[in-house]
Amino acid sequence: MSKQIDIKDLNIYYGDFQAVEGVEMQIKPRSVTAFIGPSGCGKSTVLRTLNRMHEVIPGASVRGEVLMDGSDIYGAGVDPVNVRREVGMVFQRANPFPTMSIKENVLAGVRLNNKRLSKAEADDLTERALRGANLWNEVKDRLNLPGSGLSGGQQQRLCIARAIAVEPEVLLMDEPCSALDPISTLAIEDLINDLKDKYTVVIVTHNMQQAARVSDKTAFFNIAGTGKPGKLIEFNDTSVIFSNPEKEETENYISGRFG
Amino acid sequence: MLTTSDTTPSRSRSLTSKQLPKATPWVIAVASIIVAAGISFLGLGRFSITVTAVLAGALNAIAVFAISAAYEGRRKAVDRVATTVVSSTFVLACVPLISLLWLTVSKGGAALDLNLLSRTMLGMKGILDQQYVAGEAGLAGGFYHAIVGTVLITLAACVISIPVGVLAAIYLVEYAGKNKLGKAITFLVDVMTGIPSIVAGLFAFALFSTIAELVMPAAAGVAKTGFTAAVALSVLMIPIVVRNTEEILRLVPMDLREASYALGVPKWKTIVKIVLPTSVSGILSGVTIAIARVIGETAPIMVTAGFAKTLNWNLFSGWMSTLPTYIYDSQLRPVSPGDAAIASSERAWAAALVLVALVMILNLLARVIAKVLAPKAGR
Ligand SMILES: Nc1ncnc2c1ncn2[C@@H]1O[C@H](COP(=O)(O)OP(=O)(O)OP(=O)(O)O)[C@@H](O)[C@H]1O
Ligand SMILES: [Mg+2]
Repeated sequence: MSKQIDIKDLNIYYGDFQAVEGVEMQIKPRSVTAFIGPSGCGKSTVLRTLNRMHEVIPGASVRGEVLMDGSDIYGAGVDPVNVRREVGMVFQRANPFPTMSIKENVLAGVRLNNKRLSKAEADDLTERALRGANLWNEVKDRLNLPGSGLSGGQQQRLCIARAIAVEPEVLLMDEPCSALDPISTLAIEDLINDLKDKYTVVIVTHNMQQAARVSDKTAFFNIAGTGKPGKLIEFNDTSVIFSNPEKEETENYISGRFG
Repeated sequence: MLTTSDTTPSRSRSLTSKQLPKATPWVIAVASIIVAAGISFLGLGRFSITVTAVLAGALNAIAVFAISAAYEGRRKAVDRVATTVVSSTFVLACVPLISLLWLTVSKGGAALDLNLLSRTMLGMKGILDQQYVAGEAGLAGGFYHAIVGTVLITLAACVISIPVGVLAAIYLVEYAGKNKLGKAITFLVDVMTGIPSIVAGLFAFALFSTIAELVMPAAAGVAKTGFTAAVALSVLMIPIVVRNTEEILRLVPMDLREASYALGVPKWKTIVKIVLPTSVSGILSGVTIAIARVIGETAPIMVTAGFAKTLNWNLFSGWMSTLPTYIYDSQLRPVSPGDAAIASSERAWAAALVLVALVMILNLLARVIAKVLAPKAGR
């Protein structure tokens, strides 16, 4: 239930503008990888290419390869819908479906993908996903109320529950804690630690402590200047990045002498 | 050398200032109206609403400024005058609406009864109206057929325009992006919005006449049916539905679509299960407003469905009346000439009241729909 991702010479464009240049990376299964770097360096852009979500943006295109357990997700005949069923995503802003109850939100992915669930199966899946997202105890008494009635942190965890309910192989998270208080943040960090047992997790964060706490590997991206493409500067074990990075640029960013 | 001690007192300003009591503007307004009415009475020898209103407005503005300037100072006086002008303009804007409603309710309400609602103009003769005017009989005739015609034609127009309009809007928002076809559709919709309704009627009539000629030559009149009228109304309704729906669909946050795509849900299903349910209340109220807009159309109905005197349930054959064409016909061609034409006029006012009520109900319905179906955010 987890896949290895190999990124080979990945270039990403918005229309004529090249946003990211030449990314090479190998993400191991059952690991947490953190993307860090200054604003605008292309972290979200790279993340979104891992489940072909950036195709939603008109004019966006990709050159290069993203191999998931050896098969290119940009290969001929690959359906992005199938890719996204394998690679789930949690966004910066919690976005539960406003017309659905908490339970319906959790089951949305499964139901919308035409799987019929008996009532017992649905209840079981709801509980498993919500427990997986550390939310079960808080909402078990109000599963049929609207998801938008939860607090921001709860909504974000509901979105995580929704993403893991379809049992993806990989989970992408784009600054999942940026709008949350320290306690909710901690809850989500604990959750990421648990998720690692089953999923490959990639997380974008601006919080270095968070990257240091949750990730096994860290990728540092940087940008030479506005209008220039972002580049992967260093990809290494998190402990190395935060104690003794190979590149000076990384060192400067980590120690706050830059950006 | 130390001048600070001299300037300090002058720098410290008071935060309080003189203020007129809250009720002052109202008192001034009422006083202005009374004075204006008095002047109008003395000057003209009779009471005139127009003169009183204009005078009262001017007097009020002057008095507010003078009193406020004398007591509160210039800045507040200007503020008060601005407030007075804005509120008076608002009242002015309400005058046509309220007097229209008042006129319709008083004139229509006087004539309206169950008989009018349940009878048609079948067997109407001038003599019946003359008897009514002479006080020998009740008001004869009715417009049941026109109510039925209005409902049928409007329903048919909805059946045509709602799917076309909503689907076109979905295409524009979800699929077209910035492509040529999308731009062309947007342009055509803009043009269609400005089409005079009589032209829409002529278009529908010409279209069905051509078809009728082809199918059964020499049968010119058969193109005048309720369905032709419905097509004419659709030409007017589709652009409104497209515009309203498009606006509402663009309000659905991109986040929700992305959340759905990220779950591996295909695009069409995202639209049907996520985007439409989120926006259904807005779409429906937009549709209701479009209906309210076309239900009162007269010109396109006249040229497409003619004027029926009797009940016709068949949209596809024979003439039909709607409330607007009934009103028009009653005013223009009264059943009885001369003094008894007043009877036709009374029926027309009653029909107008029913029409206005229908439009109001539709507008209220739009609000209720929007409230009931809107996504709930409560805990
Ligand atoms: N939808 C878009 N259309 C055009 N250009 C875009 C779009 N989204 C991002 N970009 C550009 O791509 C570059 C990378 O953006 P990206 O959002 O990936 O940065 P980021 O590293 O995630 O920044 P942040 O930390 O602020 O979220 C930026 O120069 C940005 O202007
Ligand atoms: Mg970002």
